[in-house]
Amino acid sequence: MKKVKGFWIYVVLSAVIYGVIQLLINGGILNPFYANTLIFIGINIILAVSLHLVIGITGQFSIGHAGFLAVGAYISAIITMKFQLPFPLALLAGGIVAALAGLLVGIPSLRLKGDYLAIATLGFGEIIRIVFLNIDYVGGASGMQVTHLTTWTYTFICLFITITVITNFTNSRHGRACISVRENEIAADAMGINTTYYKVVAFALGSFFAGIAGGLFAHNFYIIQPGNFGFLKSFDILIFVVLGGLGSLSGSVIAAILLTVVSTFLQDYPETRMIIYSVVLVLVMLYRPQGLMGTREVTDLFGKWKGAKGGNSYGK
Amino acid sequence: MGSSPLLKVQSAGIQFGGLKAVWDFNMEIHQGELVGLIGPNGAGKTTCFNLLTGVYVPTEGDISLEGQRLNGLAPYQVTRKGISRTFQNIRLFNELSVLDNVKVAYHSLAKHSIVSSIFRLPSHFSGEKEMEEKAIEFLTIFQLEPYLNEKAKNLPYGMQRRLEIARALAAGPKLLLLDEPAAGMNPQETHELMELIAFVREKFNLTILLIEHDMKLVMGICERIYVLDHGQLIAEGTPNEIRNNPKVIEAYLGEEAAESHAES
Repeated sequence: MKKVKGFWIYVVLSAVIYGVIQLLINGGILNPFYANTLIFIGINIILAVSLHLVIGITGQFSIGHAGFLAVGAYISAIITMKFQLPFPLALLAGGIVAALAGLLVGIPSLRLKGDYLAIATLGFGEIIRIVFLNIDYVGGASGMQVTHLTTWTYTFICLFITITVITNFTNSRHGRACISVRENEIAADAMGINTTYYKVVAFALGSFFAGIAGGLFAHNFYIIQPGNFGFLKSFDILIFVVLGGLGSLSGSVIAAILLTVVSTFLQDYPETRMIIYSVVLVLVMLYRPQGLMGTREVTDLFGKWKGAKGGNSYGK
Repeated sequence: MGSSPLLKVQSAGIQFGGLKAVWDFNMEIHQGELVGLIGPNGAGKTTCFNLLTGVYVPTEGDISLEGQRLNGLAPYQVTRKGISRTFQNIRLFNELSVLDNVKVAYHSLAKHSIVSSIFRLPSHFSGEKEMEEKAIEFLTIFQLEPYLNEKAKNLPYGMQRRLEIARALAAGPKLLLLDEPAAGMNPQETHELMELIAFVREKFNLTILLIEHDMKLVMGICERIYVLDHGQLIAEGTPNEIRNNPKVIEAYLGEEAAESHAES
């Protein structure tokens, strides 16, 4: 019962956050720059949470996430711009094609472990970028014009769905199977877990949401270019996950918000921007090598705050 | 005996490149037996376990459980057929709670799908609830219920061993393989472990194969012992037969010792 109650608190809290921000935007209190920053934060959270599922939960070190972002971005842009179909459909299609790309990459490369997987996924990300660079249909290097369709409402709905789905997946036997793969793959196998299956599922699910984020990303700017999806973009997403704490969903959310805000406000100081950004990263890693949240979640902190000793009330 | 054996291994072996790690390995284990597998360091005992559990695919021979061939099955499939194991160096899911460690072992017994979990359909809740109740009941048997929410890595060594055995049993095996369960234990802990093994065997009507270096433990509880040296079986028999087998003494203590033992 307690868990169900927690879910409703989460729903209400989300609705309040959405409503307040929407009112502020409608009322003109938040100027378009801040509204756009909020959308950008939302997209980054979706990316961070989707990669968290692959790296933080399943322990598969993938650094080609921008590749799936690119697939989602281009597919959704093609659907709205070339076929004139509605935006929600484009978002969904971007997600599905990215998930298929995830399957295509995941099935052969998830046999690799650690550094080898990282290099393989990095290579994949670059391949995607170069493929789009050479397709004239989507504009090649000069990029593709996209109408601005992303609104705060679309972003928030996608964000809400992403976090809900990934939380629900994680807190089930399937999520536990993924965590067991991260913790000890040999033991997971010996416990009857089909480790390859769960690695591929996590990878495809993560790619799906990266694709959705790609759709939002494409329709938030007026143009998309292959250069937006280089490996530096993959590293940006990776940094959210590592900085937030590997294995902590709320950690990746907090890190995505924090770093997006820092990097947005540093845009006024272009000459020192990357230096300050890097110093922030170095300091966090020095003083909190386990990441901002470690493996804990925000909800754990609330448990302690209430003074409930012993943590979760299993079996009550 | 007469009845067909639970586990039957016929001249199984494995080569790594030009190196024959184990060859011509024959073994029959009947329902309810407690069998030991011993041998000097590097004799290939753990390799045998890895062959039985599908970690390695045998390059020759046959392995079958209840007449079903296991060759070429992946480790998770072998576990589902009914062989589960513990490891020489404990392999728990450190960051998971004691309860979740056991729940992972119940994974393949539950039926609710990924879709039902994502949309939180009724089958998700009933499935998860059943897993949790079973796991708690199970951990109570092993006196681990005070530590349900403790992370596995925070348990003391002896309890980690006990949890690993509990987790292996939760997977519902017909045959349990224990790889050096007493490694690193003091005599008191070893004694408790012997009692635990005897207890689970009784309680779950289990068949057990164990690798062990602690001769007191092996000779104390095993009914039959296989001895492996340089990748080959050199003896098989009751603890008494093994204790007096010159080949075994030679493998452990060298040729001279075997001769002097024969003279005395």
